[in-house]
Amino acid sequence: MSIFLNESTKVIVQGMTGSEGTKHTRRMLASGTKIVGGVTPGKGGQVLDIDGHHLPVFNTVAEAMKATGANASVVFVPPKFAKAAVIDAIDAVMPLVVVITEGIPVHDSASFYAYSLSKGTTRIVGPNCPGLISPGKSNIGIIPADITGAGPIGLVSKSGTLTYQMMYELRDIGFSTAVGIGGDPVIGTTHIDCLRAFQDDPDTKAIVMIGEIGGDAEERAAAFITEYVTKPVVGYVAGFTAPEGKTMGHAGAIVSGSSGTAQGKKDALEAAGVKVGQTPSETARLLRAILGR
Amino acid sequence: MDLFEYQARDLFEKHGVPVLAAAIATTADEAEVMATKLGGKVVVKAQVKVGGRGKAGGVKLAENPSDAREKAGAILGMDIKGHIVHTVMIAAAAPIESEYYLAILLDRSNRTFLVMASVSGGMDIEEVAHTAPEKLAKIPVSAVDGISATKANEIISAANFPADVADQVANVLVKLWEVFQSEDATLVEVNPLVKTKDGKIIALDGKVTLDDNADFRQPDHEALIDQAAENPLEAVAKEKGLNYVKLDGEVGIIGNGAGLVMSTLDVVAYAGEKHGGVRPANFLDIGGGASAQVMADGLSIILGDRDVKSVFVNVFGGITACDAVATGIVQALELLGSKATKPIVVRLDGNNVMEGRAILNQAAHPLVQQLDTMDGAADRAAELAAK
Repeated sequence: MSIFLNESTKVIVQGMTGSEGTKHTRRMLASGTKIVGGVTPGKGGQVLDIDGHHLPVFNTVAEAMKATGANASVVFVPPKFAKAAVIDAIDAVMPLVVVITEGIPVHDSASFYAYSLSKGTTRIVGPNCPGLISPGKSNIGIIPADITGAGPIGLVSKSGTLTYQMMYELRDIGFSTAVGIGGDPVIGTTHIDCLRAFQDDPDTKAIVMIGEIGGDAEERAAAFITEYVTKPVVGYVAGFTAPEGKTMGHAGAIVSGSSGTAQGKKDALEAAGVKVGQTPSETARLLRAILGR
Repeated sequence: MDLFEYQARDLFEKHGVPVLAAAIATTADEAEVMATKLGGKVVVKAQVKVGGRGKAGGVKLAENPSDAREKAGAILGMDIKGHIVHTVMIAAAAPIESEYYLAILLDRSNRTFLVMASVSGGMDIEEVAHTAPEKLAKIPVSAVDGISATKANEIISAANFPADVADQVANVLVKLWEVFQSEDATLVEVNPLVKTKDGKIIALDGKVTLDDNADFRQPDHEALIDQAAENPLEAVAKEKGLNYVKLDGEVGIIGNGAGLVMSTLDVVAYAGEKHGGVRPANFLDIGGGASAQVMADGLSIILGDRDVKSVFVNVFGGITACDAVATGIVQALELLGSKATKPIVVRLDGNNVMEGRAILNQAAHPLVQQLDTMDGAADRAAELAAK
């Protein structure tokens, strides 16, 4: 099993005809993802040949879904057009929309998130995220598929490269699903959503949760773990050395006054019984100890 | 980006939020000229991006232009919590009857916007929230619907605004929403919002934070950047499109991905505890495609930081292959030539790691040494910086 996606997930790529979209469509195809087409407004009717896969391009997500039966979309369009692309997908009742785009104004992401809530039919992952992967089954986004294979660990992370790093540290054990939820202040899928799904997924035996400074998502996740999660969880939090009031790369990674600090998040997780590593490597060792490997 | 009070005031005025006449001055002479133009009593206010300036003596009432000159002279150059005052705002004085509070902000926890409103304005609102939370109304605002006249009335009754100012405050709320939305702000705060003795509602002091991600559609915002306050290294990095934050330590850091770089800073700080308290000197994320040019730009900024004693390049090859990164490092060192003077510890892992390490081994640059693990490399970089 896996969460949010599986081997039969049919994916369309919004922005497939752009350079990033084409590059990552090729990579996703190579890792076995069922890509069934793309959407670029104004380029409907074209067919893109990517490594022998003839992928139809549609003007809207609704047309693409009707023609291909797609049940997931991945968004590579530039920040300027991202809101319209996500709204198009929500209007088409696309069940899963993974927004890779970095640099979307928060008014736009707050707006499409609120819109998705009002419709209640679309799960958004991201924005500003690497996507999600169930090794060997499907890979939606930009996570390298060759780091590791399938296994019993579920991973949820705000950071892309820390996701890769952790998958690499634990590559001999493998992952059920790894979800990069993104580093923006407003994201569609949270640590809590993933923790719930991993708790409910019979193939996930242990969970790694990676957080970073900014907001209170980790504190909320800690409270959720106490009330809902019985599987072992290990955690890692980045940004102990970040100064107050400075944005550290991710738009959401900022300590404001005394809130959003790494120490506060670590304390909250530990109070919930989560073992928190001081470095990524130590976090991996904590997980190994739990699984006895 | 946080704005100065006078910049917030100007944005308010642009969108029809009632404000007092005001002007800025950077010298005492200018202050006198501006006070003369405004006429009557004026308030001289230090322009600093930090709270508590009133208590620090950064806000003074002046009776006439020559008094304004004197007060401005005293305030300009003041150090308020580490912020030097370079500019004062000269504003018309208003006879205040009541002080209120209004703010629209991004509520990250609930992934929506939020209005906070109180009839107990003028003081530290965090203290009000703490000691008398019932006096601070918090009303969620949908990013889709915004603040209509109806929503404004809902807010006014939730916060118990007096009936005689309800219409004016409602108008301010609708206009503040316009500022918030059309300027891509993440915070618009008015503290205090005052009722004058003649019954007018005026935004007396304002705070605005703008979303940098919206710069592409907010061409006017570039002019609001405080160039003087920018760290020169950060300014150069920004020009080169690099994500760099200057810190106060000795180990220069280059990595790919915001999370991994933040983690690298932490791991270096831990390692530094064993080496005399050595700390990271900066945050620098070179992103996914670490070309030779990007690596050279990054290295040259870090090597231009006089505080840096050693450099730690920490890359996990995800989409980027390690051989490309290694080639980037080698070419960057060629480009930099004799400007490269500090030891560079490199840790490569992930995609094509063997090829990457081989390239660096073959180049055998005297400044470069490789370690296999992030923890080990952090320790070496800290050790080299401590020497």
